Amino acid sequence: MDTLIQQIINGLVLGSIYALVALGYTMVYGILGLINFAHGEVVMVGALTALSIVKALAGTGLPGPVIVLFGLMGAVPVCMALGFVIERVAYRPLRNAPRLAPLITAIGVSIVLQQLMMLGWGSTYLSFPPLLSTAPHSLMGASINDLQIAIIAVAALTMGGLVLLVQRTRIGRAMRATAENPSIASLMGVNVNRIISFTFVIGSALGALAGVMVSANYSIAHYSMGFMLGLKAFTAAVLGGIGNLAGAMLGGILLGLIESLGSGYIGDLTGGVLGSNYRDVFAFLVLILVLVLRPSGLMGERVSERA
Amino acid sequence: MLKVRELRVAYGGIAAVKGVDLDIADRETVCLIGCNGAGKTSTLKALARMLPAHGEIRYRGDDIVQWPAHRLIGEGLALVPEGRGVFARLSVLENLAMGAYCRDDRGEIESDLQRVLGLLPRLEERASQLAGTLSGGEQQMLAIGRALMARPKLLLLDEPSMGLAPIMVQKVFEVIQTIAAEGVAILLVEQNAKLALSVSSRGYVMDSGLIVLADSSAMLLDNPKVREAYLGGE
Ligand SMILES: Nc1ncnc2c1ncn2[C@@H]1O[C@H](COP(=O)(O)OP(=O)(O)OP(=O)(O)O)[C@@H](O)[C@H]1O
Ligand SMILES: [Mg+2]
Repeated sequence: MDTLIQQIINGLVLGSIYALVALGYTMVYGILGLINFAHGEVVMVGALTALSIVKALAGTGLPGPVIVLFGLMGAVPVCMALGFVIERVAYRPLRNAPRLAPLITAIGVSIVLQQLMMLGWGSTYLSFPPLLSTAPHSLMGASINDLQIAIIAVAALTMGGLVLLVQRTRIGRAMRATAENPSIASLMGVNVNRIISFTFVIGSALGALAGVMVSANYSIAHYSMGFMLGLKAFTAAVLGGIGNLAGAMLGGILLGLIESLGSGYIGDLTGGVLGSNYRDVFAFLVLILVLVLRPSGLMGERVSERA
Repeated sequence: MLKVRELRVAYGGIAAVKGVDLDIADRETVCLIGCNGAGKTSTLKALARMLPAHGEIRYRGDDIVQWPAHRLIGEGLALVPEGRGVFARLSVLENLAMGAYCRDDRGEIESDLQRVLGLLPRLEERASQLAGTLSGGEQQMLAIGRALMARPKLLLLDEPSMGLAPIMVQKVFEVIQTIAAEGVAILLVEQNAKLALSVSSRGYVMDSGLIVLADSSAMLLDNPKVREAYLGGE
């Protein structure tokens, strides 16, 4: 088996997931200048919601992909509602507060969500029923299964749809105008609060999709899974240039590739001293390097404080 | 059209507008002049509901003093803000589309777009360019064109001549006069008092948050105090 090609495939799958989550961070940052650290938890809620639905339906004899689709159809609206509520309850009252206040609140929301989900779903690792075909197809000496193909394809289509929404529709134009100058946007008749809610809702829907993808692909879900995933997706958003949609997509894919290739070759590179269990190191190495060398990210224009 | 009584605006306890009365009739062009820091921008922002304010703002019968900013443009009240406020990362056409954000009469929007581009031909040449790459004068034209896309009944203009070369100032004022001739009521805020008075029928002079003079533009142009303080003593 060709390791390089295999690691690239794995990296693209992982990167697609990071990109979807990173978009949630970057969209909210673009409009509010706020890092919604609770976003990782939204992804986790999506994964656990889908998991419960999938488990409940697993014995019904429905085809696997249909069951997973039902899981997704449950997780997406739950997360959309959750994103809406988080913004209303936790961030809106702090709209004009000093920047540290919403940041600390975000961490508070994360902890609350984790603990609530632990109460409901327990603290053990939950396995995602093996409903999807993992029969490998061979591709240029490596292997790829249907689920991996589906993840990459669905992520690509979803991101394409998001770009169309933001670039080509009336509400997308209003989102961009609001991101640039909310008070002038309101002069144009844009209800800025509604645009902000909409942004949270869309970001959360993408998060739910990513949550289902992660738990299906790695066959596991857990109340604390949002933390590391969220941090890595945030890293991806920073790598691409936070606030920039294309940047989040690029950053996500790149980070997935870096992590996958890095953990694939770290053993060889260090003469076996470090193994692939050091994979998380790469994301944070990337975060530190970006923050030191190019804080505005690959596609970001500026990180100056907005007036 | 607009009747303002006892309008007050404060920034964290410091009063910037201290009880202003203003009236604008249908189709009328009125100017508001005064030196730096007099409170002109604060007055306009309060009228456009961008700032919390006290007093009465009666626009076409409704007291709008508590309205959110986003409700006004649909009612025909548009502000061209100080410093233009174009969306730099949106194209010229997208900026114009933002002006029509509240409208759903597609066909009419398209014909208004053609009309605005006819009135402001520079914008047509730069239709797909990002607004941030336009010159200052072009940005001012765009800000005015964007407001026109809302089909305003009352247009508030905050220092449209600011930072423009004389030739561009002249062009902008020609456009303002064309808009006025079409029957749009205008409240024009200007540092350039002479020019503002020359295109308006009445004027208000503001100083330290208060209206200190209100008269016809012709009388204000002749008033020795105005001449000395705002017209360079000519
Ligand atoms: N955001 C703000 N915070 C605090 N004070 C402000 C703010 N904006 C304006 N002021 C103060 O309010 C007063 C009136 O300002 P305003 O901008 O309304 O004046 P202006 O007549 O438009 O002046 P200019 O001709 O320079 O534009 C000034 O003393 C100014 O310092
Ligand atoms: Mg001003």
